Amino acid sequence: MSKQTPLLAAANLSLIRGGRQLFSGLSFEVAAGDLVQIEGCNGAGKTSLIRILAGLSRYGFEGEVRRSAAILYLGHHSAVKDMLSPRENLAWSVSGRGQYSIEEIDQALETVGLYGYEDVPSHALSAGQHRRVNLARLFLSDCPLWLLDEPFTAIDKAGVHSLEKLFVTHVRGGGAILLTSHQALALDYPVHSLALSTAEAVV
Amino acid sequence: MWSFFHKLGSPPWLYKISGSILRWLLPITLVALAVGLTWGLLFTAPDFRQGNSYRIIYIHVPAAVVALAGYYIMAIAGAVSLIWKMKMADVAMKACAPIGAAFTFVALLTGAIWGKPTWGAWWVWDARITSMLVLLFLYLGVVALYEAFDNKEAASKACAVLSLVGMVNIPIIYKSVDWWYSLHQPASIKLTGGSTIDSSMLYPLFWMIASFYALFACAMMLNMRVEILQREARTGWVKRLALGGASRGAKS
Amino acid sequence: MSASASQLTTAQFCARLLRRQLVLAVRRPVEIGNPILFFAMVVALFPLGLGPAPGQLSGFAPGVLWIIALLSNLLTSDAVFRGDFDDGNLEQLLIAPQPLYLSVLAYIGAHWIITGLLLALVSPLFAVMLNLPAQAIWVLVGSLLLGTGTLSLLGCIGAALTVGLKRGGMLISLLILPLYMPVLIFGSAAVKAAVLGNPAGPYLAILGGMLCLAVALAPFAVAAGLRISIDA
Repeated sequence: MSKQTPLLAAANLSLIRGGRQLFSGLSFEVAAGDLVQIEGCNGAGKTSLIRILAGLSRYGFEGEVRRSAAILYLGHHSAVKDMLSPRENLAWSVSGRGQYSIEEIDQALETVGLYGYEDVPSHALSAGQHRRVNLARLFLSDCPLWLLDEPFTAIDKAGVHSLEKLFVTHVRGGGAILLTSHQALALDYPVHSLALSTAEAVV
Repeated sequence: MWSFFHKLGSPPWLYKISGSILRWLLPITLVALAVGLTWGLLFTAPDFRQGNSYRIIYIHVPAAVVALAGYYIMAIAGAVSLIWKMKMADVAMKACAPIGAAFTFVALLTGAIWGKPTWGAWWVWDARITSMLVLLFLYLGVVALYEAFDNKEAASKACAVLSLVGMVNIPIIYKSVDWWYSLHQPASIKLTGGSTIDSSMLYPLFWMIASFYALFACAMMLNMRVEILQREARTGWVKRLALGGASRGAKS
Repeated sequence: MSASASQLTTAQFCARLLRRQLVLAVRRPVEIGNPILFFAMVVALFPLGLGPAPGQLSGFAPGVLWIIALLSNLLTSDAVFRGDFDDGNLEQLLIAPQPLYLSVLAYIGAHWIITGLLLALVSPLFAVMLNLPAQAIWVLVGSLLLGTGTLSLLGCIGAALTVGLKRGGMLISLLILPLYMPVLIFGSAAVKAAVLGNPAGPYLAILGGMLCLAVALAPFAVAAGLRISIDA
């Protein structure tokens, strides 16, 4: 792990949900260039952890999270409004970062394979296409730290491949990614693993 | 000072200390209530206009006073839980709501019973009664919100926000209702207006108000102890407590 | 790879949110029409229940109109954050690097425009149907403009606290209706004063004062409620 100041530092995170200790004493740091995959079976607390790291969960856990970089978080929900077109969804995003020109947005949509769908109302798109609109945010983002919860859900093979390529480009360019996924990543880049089970794994 | 604050946040300590406080506070409260009731109901002079029916103020007024104070206690506990994330403040707030609602209900009920001989109707839209009714709604809102959440931690935080909102609104609601009543009832009988009440009637009233505060404190501590045990049911100290109690029960 | 995005100011962001909410509302015209339709139908219920005598109706009109405005506001406030909660946009809003106080104010503002403002504008029609004297109609519009703002702010507190719950509909009325009472008292009092030919200015001033207080404080409660709801 690199010695520079970490983009994200978690110290002594413990979480008890429904009377079960999901994790305890979890400490790790994520620095520029890190690609971390959070692993664990269903119910191990992957989503809970990523929501704590993003700052969405503020109660019910112990420990401290220090965020020193802008964060892009993509969760289970696609954050796509049915009544808005993909273009409008991205242009009026509620995430509060950056203003993008229509050209930039259309280019991002083209990259995720939605060329020709820019102006279609989103309720006419499939679930997978909703996910793609959501993933287009990654291509527009200038946030160094990405927190992605199951980014490959409902994405076809070609989509997965181009996402993986994007991940490598992002971390090579000084970004960092923390993601949960049940499938192994096929990247020519070192992937740290953060296993959530009874024992904690330090990255 | 800080260590005391820290201790206050520790469930076993709070459980122990509230137990030893209750051991003497509960008997004192019951005796004080009995003394106050006897004093108020039997040893004060009857009112020259209302006769004996006025004596219900020895329950009505203390219940109303403590019900209102209870809302503020709840809101302050809520604020402490939001600001310092103190879990025992959550417990205090949660314990307050049903007790406060019960006191408010007692105040409303005694008000209605008092209303029948004085106004000739069980329910009159008097400013105080209406405000009390709104207070009951505010309490029940907190109780309902708490019960609606599955995640009890989130429930406590949501109730804390709601009770703070209510705390800001209570003076506004009371003033509005007062003003509304004065608009619609320009010249009606004013029973409690002005301090024409004789001091021989006033002393037992103060006594009863103090006793009701003590009663509120007792009820709240009892309620908090149950809540603490429920929340901490899986921890070691509660298990030891349960086992210890069982073995002591077996010995005796 | 990352686009060279220009920095987004808070004012731009809030304007964008407001526009987004309004566009969403306009794309579902039924949701804009529903409160007004509700208003019209309940107005029709009162003569059926109270009898059609014009004198009696005009006596009840100020209170009736205000109660209906309050109910239609209550019924719509439940939906303010629900859509964004269900599709994940609320998560994005909560971690946005923008002051949540102002962004929820944009949501509340949009809600006020599509319910309170519209209702205030069409209320003269219903006032005439209930025989409200002509001199009171402008006061009705003014009091609704000021009062519904406060109602939207308070209603959104309830919406924020219950948005994470599956069955929030009934609960929100239990939480919020007690808080609506002062607005109802002074709103209907303003109209009544105008009916009797008394100056309504003081009542409108009190409604304005309540609005100022609500604008200053309610968004904090809404923001706190949203943060709790997203966490539940």
